[in-house]
Amino acid sequence: MEVVIKNLTKKYNGFTAVDGISFRINQGEVLGFLGPNGAGKSTTMKMITTYIAPTGGDVEVGGYSVRTHPEEVKKLIGYLPENNPLYLDMPVMDYLAFSARLQGVSAANVDKRVREMLKACGLGGEKHKLIGELSKGYRQRVGLAQAMIHDPQVLILDEPTSGLDPNQIIEIRKLIKDIGKQKTVILSTHILPEVEATCDRILIINKGHIVADGTPETLRKQAKGRELIRVKIEDGKEDEIALALRSLPSVMGVEAISGRENAFEIQADKFATPKRDIFKLCVDKGWALTEMVPFETSLEDIFHDLTIN
Amino acid sequence: MQKKELRMFFDSLVAYILLIAFLGFSGFFTWFYGSDVFLTKQANLDSFFKTAYWTLFFFIPALTMRSLAEENKTGTIELLLTKPVTNWQVIWGKFSACLLLILIALLLTAPYCFTIAYLGKVDVGVIFCGYLGLLLMSAAYISIGIFASSITDNQVVAFLIALFTGIFFHYIFGLLGSGLNGTPGELINYLGMQAHIDGISRGLIDSRDIIYFGSIIFLGLILAEVSLAKRNISE
Repeated sequence: MEVVIKNLTKKYNGFTAVDGISFRINQGEVLGFLGPNGAGKSTTMKMITTYIAPTGGDVEVGGYSVRTHPEEVKKLIGYLPENNPLYLDMPVMDYLAFSARLQGVSAANVDKRVREMLKACGLGGEKHKLIGELSKGYRQRVGLAQAMIHDPQVLILDEPTSGLDPNQIIEIRKLIKDIGKQKTVILSTHILPEVEATCDRILIINKGHIVADGTPETLRKQAKGRELIRVKIEDGKEDEIALALRSLPSVMGVEAISGRENAFEIQADKFATPKRDIFKLCVDKGWALTEMVPFETSLEDIFHDLTIN
Repeated sequence: MQKKELRMFFDSLVAYILLIAFLGFSGFFTWFYGSDVFLTKQANLDSFFKTAYWTLFFFIPALTMRSLAEENKTGTIELLLTKPVTNWQVIWGKFSACLLLILIALLLTAPYCFTIAYLGKVDVGVIFCGYLGLLLMSAAYISIGIFASSITDNQVVAFLIALFTGIFFHYIFGLLGSGLNGTPGELINYLGMQAHIDGISRGLIDSRDIIYFGSIIFLGLILAEVSLAKRNISE
């Protein structure tokens, strides 16, 4: 099921939360929606789920517009809102059955779907407990179960791993990745490693605008494109080494890594690759190159560069 | 929707406390104190109806205050409104659950009827109409209570708004109406709850009374629906 966002805008009393964004999500894609707080991620998602009406533009889910056919859209999507709101004094099973009925699951199938969801989300042992008695990780699973109970074609997950401990995060990510194999998933987060672990495509939004759109690899290529290398060069004086490194033509910048002796972070010039130059330099000067570790521009840096202003 | 609301009432203490309090007050003032049955020596349930007129008035805002305010506060309203259920279904579900609870409370006073019938000759029609009046009044206040709950995320505020609005209908209009003469007086009196309850409990089911109750119920629920729909009205 495709989701098409056309020129979507949301204004609140003069403040523009979302400013004419357009993009398309294809069937079976897992899209990661990234952005600083207040960038417009949740607002956009709330417009996709028909919770908020757009000020301008439109969203089409499976061909149905949220403006003209919101009821149809609601049937097609499963939604996990920010902060995962739940009825704390309901038992898990009852809540899932209630959600199933609300979503239009036929009475005959409700029990079956509830059992399937309990199993898929690992809630079997908790099914009789009141939701308020569950830990945050389990509550998140209930939220996810509720979003999937009617087997929707499109899943919209607003910060699905927020507040979870590292183990729980891995579990939920695995779950999302499995779901993503067949369904269209839109998830928002500001945990960057998560995006790489689960998403096929990334959209970065800042101040209501889309500032990046692509797979993690293409985003990296688009970003500065400068190599970063960490080196440790011993048997020489730090300032001498730094100076010599800087004077290499393929090197743009050298920074000493604080806390570690004779360790430097070297930023290469555009399209240059200084590894061999560094090695040669060390050989010429009689220094020992004990460490040379390249690292890629992290998503953190890409994110930072795109959203800092 | 309605089933869930009812279940939530009974899972929480709300239903039990309100039922016990209602029955407690009713029992006390009907049988033991004030102008109770043994004092008036009349085989009717007037004392009960008079008591219930006030106890329901206070209890219903307490019953309805949670209905939407809690959903607003916890954010579950976001889930409700993004499911393929209409705003009406949500409101109707909550309304009918509250009404059903009141109905149960009233039914639990059936022993009073049997007792009275045992004690003396009873006008069944009058008693039936008395209950009907209470039920209609309850429906009206429930709809006001649900509207009050829909416009805030704070249950206490919802309670106070419902009570404050209710007191106009329950008492103030009646007071003003009887103080003024002529048409303005009659008009204001019409707005008061007492006039209509009296009418019905005398055994007369007047169309004016039906319109009165119907209008309040309708207005309350429509306004609640509007406040849910406001999210979807773009600027």
